[in-house]
Amino acid sequence: MNTLIFRTIAPFLAALMLVFSVFVLLRGHNEPGGGFIGGLIAASAFAIQGLAQGVSAVRRALKMDPLGIAAIGLLLSALAGFLPFLGAMPFMTGLWIDLNLVADTVPVSSVMLFDIGVYLVVAGTVTAIALALEEKETD
Amino acid sequence: MSSSSLLALAATIALPVLALSLAATAWRVVRGPTLADRVLALDMLTAIAIGFMAVFSILTGYSLYIDIAIALGLVGFLATVAFARFILTRPGRKLPDTPPDRPRPNRPGQRRRRA
Repeated sequence: MNTLIFRTIAPFLAALMLVFSVFVLLRGHNEPGGGFIGGLIAASAFAIQGLAQGVSAVRRALKMDPLGIAAIGLLLSALAGFLPFLGAMPFMTGLWIDLNLVADTVPVSSVMLFDIGVYLVVAGTVTAIALALEEKETD
Repeated sequence: MSSSSLLALAATIALPVLALSLAATAWRVVRGPTLADRVLALDMLTAIAIGFMAVFSILTGYSLYIDIAIALGLVGFLATVAFARFILTRPGRKLPDTPPDRPRPNRPGQRRRRA
């Protein structure tokens, strides 16, 4: 795709979509949203970038294989599941810590760790699929 | 007339207008002589769906629909871009070998043109 408008707008749009995907991910605990839909939005941001600037540019920007990102996400999710074993609690029990920051206390949980893992798995896998499809098209 | 009742009236008028445009766009999807017409009509359907969500969230007070509209507005045009790419790379259509915004190399036998 060699249109000037698309090539100019795509980086801004991709950045906006990535920010929105993180917003959806973090809001997903109490309201609609969550890791899966956030990961899908992030993957479509990478797909748009791939359509505009070419697949190799996206691969260089990601700095690692998308499936590697998915593997890290799977590791985080599994870690969140096994973390309660340290306190002799059942598998996937939600653990909560109140993190004292400068101005406010932020509740942090293993549930959120699990959701971030889901986000990375979905984003990595769908990005890998989209980039592979776009690469195939240009052959 | 208070502002809230004016807003409700505007939303009530907007719903049938949106429905009418939805029907017209659907007709273009069915009828559209070329593939490009249909792709543009599908993009238009996304925009009308965003409008429906906005009006619905104003009428019912669910702010959740605004977020869905934002997500659809960000992602919706991805399908259009992918379709445009598909039309470009369809077999039977000759691709330009150089991007149009770059000056083409002069071939021998071709009249020299000013860039």
